[in-house]
Amino acid sequence: MNNRGIKSAPPIGSNAPNEQVSTRKLKVLLRLGVYLFKYKGTLLLALALTFASNLFSLIGPQLSGYAIDAIEPGKGAVIFNKVIYYCVLMAIFYILSSILSYILSIVMIKLTQKVVYKMREDIFAKLMKMKVGYFDLNQTGDIVSRISYDVDTINATLSTDFIQICTSIITVVGSLIMMLTISPMLCIIFAVTIPISIFFTKYATTKVKPLFRKRSAKLGELNGYAEEMLSGLKTIKAYHREDTMTERFQVKNTEAIDAYFKADYYGSMVGPSVNFINNLSLSLVSMFGAILFLRGSVSLGNISTFILYSRRFSGPINEFANIISELQSAAAAAERVFRLLDSEEETPDIENASDLENVRGEVEIQNVKFGYVPEKTIIHNLSLYAKPGNVVAIVGPTGAGKTTIINLLMRFYDPQSGEIRVDGTNIRSIKRRSLRRAYTMVLQDTWLFGGTIRENISYGREDATLEEVKNAAKAAKIDTFIESLPDGYDTLLTDDGVNISKGQKQLLTIARAMLPKSHMLILDEATSNVDSRTEVQIQEAMYKLMENKTCFVIAHRLSTIKNADMILVVKDGDIIEMGTHDSLLASKGFYAKMYNSQFEG
Amino acid sequence: MDLMIPWLLAIMLDDIVPTGDVPMIFIFGGIMVVCSVIAIAGNIIANRMASKVARDTTGRIRYDLYSKIMHLSTSQTDEITVPSLESRLTSDTYNVHQMVGMIQRLGVRAPILLIGGIMVTVAMEPILTLVLVSVLPFITVIVFKISRSGIPLYTALQGTVDKMVRVVRENAQGIRIIKALATEEREKKRFQDVNSNVVAAEKKASFTMAATNPLMNLFLNLGLTAVILVGAFRVNAGVTEPGKIIAFMSYFTLILNAMLSITRMFVNLSKGTASAGRIGEILDMPLDDTEDDSINSRNTVTEINKDAVKENIPHIEFDHVSFSYKGVKENLTDISFSLKRGQTLGIIGATGSGKSTIIWLLLRFYNANSGTIRIDGRDIRDMSPMELREKFGVALQSDFLFMDTIRENISFGRGLSDEAIENAADIAQASSFINGYEEKYLHELTIKGSNLSGGQKQRLLIARALASNPEILVLDDSSSALDYNTDAALRKRIAMRNKENNLNTTSIIIAQRVSSIMNADLILVLDEGKIIAKGTHEELEKTCDIYREICESQLGGGFVE
Repeated sequence: MNNRGIKSAPPIGSNAPNEQVSTRKLKVLLRLGVYLFKYKGTLLLALALTFASNLFSLIGPQLSGYAIDAIEPGKGAVIFNKVIYYCVLMAIFYILSSILSYILSIVMIKLTQKVVYKMREDIFAKLMKMKVGYFDLNQTGDIVSRISYDVDTINATLSTDFIQICTSIITVVGSLIMMLTISPMLCIIFAVTIPISIFFTKYATTKVKPLFRKRSAKLGELNGYAEEMLSGLKTIKAYHREDTMTERFQVKNTEAIDAYFKADYYGSMVGPSVNFINNLSLSLVSMFGAILFLRGSVSLGNISTFILYSRRFSGPINEFANIISELQSAAAAAERVFRLLDSEEETPDIENASDLENVRGEVEIQNVKFGYVPEKTIIHNLSLYAKPGNVVAIVGPTGAGKTTIINLLMRFYDPQSGEIRVDGTNIRSIKRRSLRRAYTMVLQDTWLFGGTIRENISYGREDATLEEVKNAAKAAKIDTFIESLPDGYDTLLTDDGVNISKGQKQLLTIARAMLPKSHMLILDEATSNVDSRTEVQIQEAMYKLMENKTCFVIAHRLSTIKNADMILVVKDGDIIEMGTHDSLLASKGFYAKMYNSQFEG
Repeated sequence: MDLMIPWLLAIMLDDIVPTGDVPMIFIFGGIMVVCSVIAIAGNIIANRMASKVARDTTGRIRYDLYSKIMHLSTSQTDEITVPSLESRLTSDTYNVHQMVGMIQRLGVRAPILLIGGIMVTVAMEPILTLVLVSVLPFITVIVFKISRSGIPLYTALQGTVDKMVRVVRENAQGIRIIKALATEEREKKRFQDVNSNVVAAEKKASFTMAATNPLMNLFLNLGLTAVILVGAFRVNAGVTEPGKIIAFMSYFTLILNAMLSITRMFVNLSKGTASAGRIGEILDMPLDDTEDDSINSRNTVTEINKDAVKENIPHIEFDHVSFSYKGVKENLTDISFSLKRGQTLGIIGATGSGKSTIIWLLLRFYNANSGTIRIDGRDIRDMSPMELREKFGVALQSDFLFMDTIRENISFGRGLSDEAIENAADIAQASSFINGYEEKYLHELTIKGSNLSGGQKQRLLIARALASNPEILVLDDSSSALDYNTDAALRKRIAMRNKENNLNTTSIIIAQRVSSIMNADLILVLDEGKIIAKGTHEELEKTCDIYREICESQLGGGFVE
């Protein structure tokens, strides 16, 4: 039990105790409501239309009752004037009702599409604000599944069920009033059937909800798995593991469809149950109606109207059951979406964060301590000072934590203690955007997006002219390749584009880095996929890129870092040596050992 | 059973009530209740069966689709692209699942109610039924027309969804660069574009489908009005009774609901059919001959022959092989070389010079445009992909590690023994970091091995390649993230392993570093898809300028920042 006085947010994704389930569900629905209320005008219009169109269709049975009463006298005594009068009225009302309901659908579709659009936009904006670590820990497929499948589920529910709920409420209330005016006696029957309905509904809600949540989760898992495997298709083929991987997929698949089945099955049980109640009440109505008729307290037309209304009355309740199962799946989907929207983002810039202007590129790291998880410190106590234009090289064996330093410089993560300063300002009090723009970064992981080559190169500076793009490509030694393509700079890069190798991709990212005018540069294994001959050729360009910039360079090739102003030797997350190439060689430490080993065959 | 109830009602109202027989009223009422109970039981059972069938069908379809995707050739997957395959595998199969479930549940029940309802009414009052039924053709035509026009709209919708998924994927993968360049706003704009496209496509499809319901309701209600009108005349003429008209109303509601279900089904059907079409597209793709296991080794050389042959015939031979990915330009031109069993081949060359392409042709991910590739003297096109690829242990450029234990990432579904795995990891210089984990080989990797560094990933990939003691070992630039120490130790251990175990493994090593390949028996220097020089390290140093240039740049001095 939670003490209500203390505000304690349950950890994200934890299994909240049962007491909280209902409040949590309520919260989810309320938040969905908030999205709807952003479009108050449309929403009100929709409500008005729902009301009107239902009112019209509710009048229908009443009219038909009158018509039947006019027929009732029987052979030769039918009052035709009345019958025709009521029939014409019925036709008019039905036509009006249909027109209104079509308009209503259109309005609702527009409304829900707005909501869906907004929701996707919010999710995406959130993704952009998320810590980089989020993307290391969550499968892309799962993220994709939230933004497409889950949002779709919510969409389906909103567009149909919202109207349904309104319709249902109006119909139920309207029918009840109509029935009460006809015969309060007969209405007593509902005293029996309504509690049964409520019981079923309640049962369905508690039973079915977790099943739907599981269904969404399993589907997300399946998507994630599929994504992972599809990205490794070539390797799977090389090992001829197609069948094994298919069997494993099948395990996930079975889980997903089983979860679907359970939710589906229990969800579908509700429908017939309510139908049963429906039939039950019809039976009771006809029995008691017959008796009442015999006593002369109701007319035949009354019974007919009553039956029509009672159908309408329980119809929505029947629908309600469907809606509830759909709402369940929407709530489960919404929960996943909101959980994403609620996950921890990068801490916002502090209030009076400043912009970096006229960057000189002086970087100072002072007594920094950091670990991705607090229990496991990776950097214990790092201090260094880089003058503008200095080259700081970070070397060390694989997995020693070199990239971590870059993560801190770019403020992808904040240190647990200590300070990093750029031009004398603590980077915590600089706007992230401004800090990051002050750096240019080339990473080992080449990243290109589905656009033209030109767009990809000018990505860091959108206003770059074609001339500038061409110069950048030339400097990165990729121009001849680009020009050999039939569409040249307008060649569309597609996923896993075959005619572009990893090395060429890297050259493109280097070309990209040539364009922004920044004063600090980060090279994280920037040339690891470029062959050394090309590397020699782009040397000049790299020099130019590094000119007048404070550079942080991670490299394995010791020759590439020999002339750095400062070399940090990182091992097991600690900086074990620090100095220039010559001083480090002279000290005959780890660096010297590494340097000499490269000449052994 | 649902059909019985209104009928009983009619009898009660018209025949029993006038007699004033109260016990009979209760008997009939009782029968109606019993009917209701049977109806609910039947419905639940039917639903369960429907859900089961839907589950099994979808499971099967997804399985077939996945298995088909696994067997598509590389050029086919290049063509369709991975994101599209992914959405076909997930959201499209999901749509089909919904459709199958729906069709069964409603597709059986609704027509029964519809036809049954009509039949009962015919028995009761043929003329009135005729009135009611006369509106059905209109409805059928409308539903049919609308849902027909819906299918292409939903296909278009799925297409826009593909694009959206693609943008999200790209962003998730490139988040570091995006943040580094602070281009979040531009990415948002890009997403807005695709998002609006999805919304526009969805609106278009929904607007069309939204017309079905009101139109149908309208026709049915008008039909009902006509029934009352005609009924009035008939009652007046004494041919029918008012009670029947009331029963008619009940049936009418039943029929209306059945029709409503059918429309809902059609909406789903359009969506489902669009998805099913996209799935079918993949399932119907012909199996490329590069992936067809049924081609069974023609020209099989007999075992005895094979052994005799080994002495003279090279293990791997490229005979004037040329290849182009898309026919635009030649990616490989006239490649010829041969390698004896147990020898090591090194390939070095500029980025994009076609080094990896040689491996892909050897593994037959693509077919060469001209020339022949032979293993043990047999054209690889005469081997089944299974037979061919089983000979290899491959570490490719793309790091493919997945969420599972380290052990499983090395074993890769081949059911290898612990000993083989640990041994391979040891040779690949991976055992030291693996043993550093508390769970050792059972340590769980995160997605795509993101909890490993680049070098650790590469060592696992190499371990995977070694673990099955392959005939041919291929390392495609797979030690680039290793530092020199580790790289050197790795090469020493591989050489040692061959000697110690008297293995005759033929190796192909693609590398950027001269030190990785300088001890190879044969080195190919590649440039723009052509072999510009081949020989040993010593020979090439003397004869090949480019090779010398590479050596100088790497071994001492040269590129200094």
